[in-house]
Amino acid sequence: MSEYILEMKNIIKEFPGVRALDDVNFKVKKGEIHALVGENGAGKSTLMKVLSGVYPNGTYEGKIIINEEEKEFSNIKDSERAGIGIIYQELTLVKQMNICENIFLGSEFSKYGVIDWNRAMSETKKVLKEVGLNDSPDTKIVHLGIGKQQLVEIAKAISKKVNILILDEPTAALNENDSENLLDIIRSLKDQGITCIYISHKLKEVKEIADTITILRDGQTIETFENNKDATMDRIITDMVGREMTQLFPREEHIPGDIVLEVNNFSVYNPELPDKRVIDNVSFKARKGEILGIAGLMGSGRTELMMSLFGAYGINKSGEVTIDNEKVKIKSPEDAIKKGFCYLSEDRKKSGLVLMMDIKENTTLASLRKISSIRGINENEEIKVTNNYVDVLKIKTPSIEQKVRNLSGGNQQKVVISKWLMAEPKILVLDEPTRGIDVGAKYEIYNIMNQLVDKGVSIIMISSELPEVLGMSDRILVMNEGKFTAELDFKDADQEKVMYYATGGQIIEATN
Amino acid sequence: MESKAKIKQGSIDIIRMSLKNNIRQYTMFIALIGIMIIFSLLSDVFFTPRNLSMLFLQTAHIAILACGVVLVIVAGHIDLSIGAVVGLTGAITAILQAKLGLGVFPAVLLTIGFGALIGLWQGYWVAYREVPAFIVTLAGMMIFNGLLLGVSNGETIATSSFFNKIGQDYIPTLFVENNPKDMLPHDTTIIIMGLVIIGYLFLEIRKRKERKKYDFDILPMNLFVLKVGLVIVLIASIFIILSLYLGIPYSILLLMGIGGLYTYLTNKTTFGRHVYAIGGNKEAAKLSGIDIKKRTLWIFISSGILGAIGGMVYTARVGSAAASAGQGMELDVIAAAIIGGTSTLGGEGTIVGAIIGALVMSTLNNGMLLLDVGVTQRLIVKGLVLLLAVWVDISSRKKSS
Repeated sequence: MSEYILEMKNIIKEFPGVRALDDVNFKVKKGEIHALVGENGAGKSTLMKVLSGVYPNGTYEGKIIINEEEKEFSNIKDSERAGIGIIYQELTLVKQMNICENIFLGSEFSKYGVIDWNRAMSETKKVLKEVGLNDSPDTKIVHLGIGKQQLVEIAKAISKKVNILILDEPTAALNENDSENLLDIIRSLKDQGITCIYISHKLKEVKEIADTITILRDGQTIETFENNKDATMDRIITDMVGREMTQLFPREEHIPGDIVLEVNNFSVYNPELPDKRVIDNVSFKARKGEILGIAGLMGSGRTELMMSLFGAYGINKSGEVTIDNEKVKIKSPEDAIKKGFCYLSEDRKKSGLVLMMDIKENTTLASLRKISSIRGINENEEIKVTNNYVDVLKIKTPSIEQKVRNLSGGNQQKVVISKWLMAEPKILVLDEPTRGIDVGAKYEIYNIMNQLVDKGVSIIMISSELPEVLGMSDRILVMNEGKFTAELDFKDADQEKVMYYATGGQIIEATN
Repeated sequence: MESKAKIKQGSIDIIRMSLKNNIRQYTMFIALIGIMIIFSLLSDVFFTPRNLSMLFLQTAHIAILACGVVLVIVAGHIDLSIGAVVGLTGAITAILQAKLGLGVFPAVLLTIGFGALIGLWQGYWVAYREVPAFIVTLAGMMIFNGLLLGVSNGETIATSSFFNKIGQDYIPTLFVENNPKDMLPHDTTIIIMGLVIIGYLFLEIRKRKERKKYDFDILPMNLFVLKVGLVIVLIASIFIILSLYLGIPYSILLLMGIGGLYTYLTNKTTFGRHVYAIGGNKEAAKLSGIDIKKRTLWIFISSGILGAIGGMVYTARVGSAAASAGQGMELDVIAAAIIGGTSTLGGEGTIVGAIIGALVMSTLNNGMLLLDVGVTQRLIVKGLVLLLAVWVDISSRKKSS
């Protein structure tokens, strides 16, 4: 009998244009807690989706072996039958239903379609005990805090008699107490013989809980090692980011000018979880004519910070914001745009473009006032302005009357950029400006950024791609759990350093 | 030679592009013409000036109301209270005149103001209290029906013949009395036709000049003449048909004004553009600095005002305000907008399309009535046409994406 409960061999998974998993090997021992670690986009979630049958057999290459038996899953039900349970970062409970209904959703005890609620209730009580939850099974999910909801998810998985439990960033939304509690539960599950695969960005937790650690980077397995004295923070971080810097960036020497944006003691709470402070007493400055890079892992609060400054996110905001030495109160994106603060969102299809409108209508959407008179919108002015941006940004399209949904990702991004250029920003926040676009278009966007900086615009760039942050920024702020953990000059920064602070470096230093 | 071929090639491309971009409007328009041809073949009475003139008269209030609901649906909302608003505003205008003795003009103005107030009420709940429009307007439907019963006491109130002109009468002749029998055209109608055509020519030529000034591509002269010619033929045929009967009805004149105003509003103003952006992608609209709440409020105010105007036109056509007036009318209005290409998902739709949609519905009604088709079959056919129109739209959209 092999000591491995799960072996994934030579897994290759391709999406159009990218190879998300490139010959990954992943072995998990029976009864261990195995941490899977890597940067955003390293392929962790994709690997787990392959394992749980979200990507069915045939859409990937490679073998999945469970208890020495090769398995082919064509859907999630198949993997559940094989004893695999997965808990996603985004909770998937039906909020209007109670705990019991949620736990047995889709696998109700029923005879001729009639549900045996008594049996369901007593089973629910049993599994709730296992996860240390004392609430009654008929409590509605809406009345539970996020930590308890997470426990219900785990109870749901246990009720299906799982052998392997996958937890994808389970503590991302939890506060410290709930996180500690969850880690205890995971340990007790281990004692009951359940194998756990634990995905997390929080290296402190990984060090605390894991028996074995596997590192993924750019869709490849870097190494698997036991969590002992040799498994140092340095080793993990080097593995995570230790790629060669091969990509070239059009770096230019910028001469930063006056301070244009100053933020002091800025705090914001999550509108959906009003106790959760997403941005925690943050202060920073941005200057004219520089690129300020903001690095951090997913969920660190980078987008939330910029969206709150832009007036589009958050409740109970406090702190002081100054633009051009003038204190401002920004209540809506409209206010922000008027003050010269523009924000290019991270998801262009969801929140950047109106896909059924054409290029010119999208370009002018935020600045219609500039081309309107008492006679209405001057369509000729609109065409002229748009043609100009199409030329300057080299947008490839047969006509400016092309609907933007028919454009490629890179050209769509350029349309959003032209929308914000037309608004003539003093401060332009670019959230993941090159996500999902090809190398050529990326390089063009970097050049556009440099041109803007030369004109005196202050650019704040949020990016999850470390090479991009290091290659383009003049200054880098690193964010972790709603706080800045470091400010680095680009000359002093390297991937290891940034990743060290992004995973909460300061906290680790303090405990050592 | 070569350059000539090139120009020809260019012309075909332009026509193809314009067909592709406006395919939904063209299909509906062609469908309308098709339906008309079928009825003309089946019935001798259908294609007579008298019948077509009646048909336009019957369409006017639905088409006016459809203009308002296009904005509502494009923004991603719905208005179920239209019928109730029509009934209530009709009763109010009748009461103001018959019981309180107000003149027609102050009564009309007060009723429009009341319509705006209804829109303000509904818009406030949708925009600032974030109650879904479906609920707000469903509640509105009940509330306004209740108010209608309250103010009218369930009685039918007759309106004056002067007021009824709005819905029934035709504009007067200037020089020669015309009689439908001797096929003498109605002179004022011909004069208005001339003015409309001159106005249209003026706008087209100015647009062309301005584009030239900006150094943009313009349609080649032959295509330009063709396009302008086609539109003029279309305008002329509508006016000539009307002139061969008793001339333009006041309500159609009103519809032309409102249709023109709303086309301008949707195509040329910031407000219109914002409405389409909100319906197309609310999140992107918000992040582009659009004040969604304020825009939504105004969309409902517009719907309320048009509801009042539609209510008065309808009351004037019927000649009295009854407690049951307007019931179910919202469904005809919404169907007209949707048949005319307004997307139920929001973000797409045109005023011209909605007016064509209203014409399609009333043409079907009118034609089948002439053929002695019973109300049972008429309702079934109208339902199927609505289903078919939306299905064609959805499947053509799938193909294009």
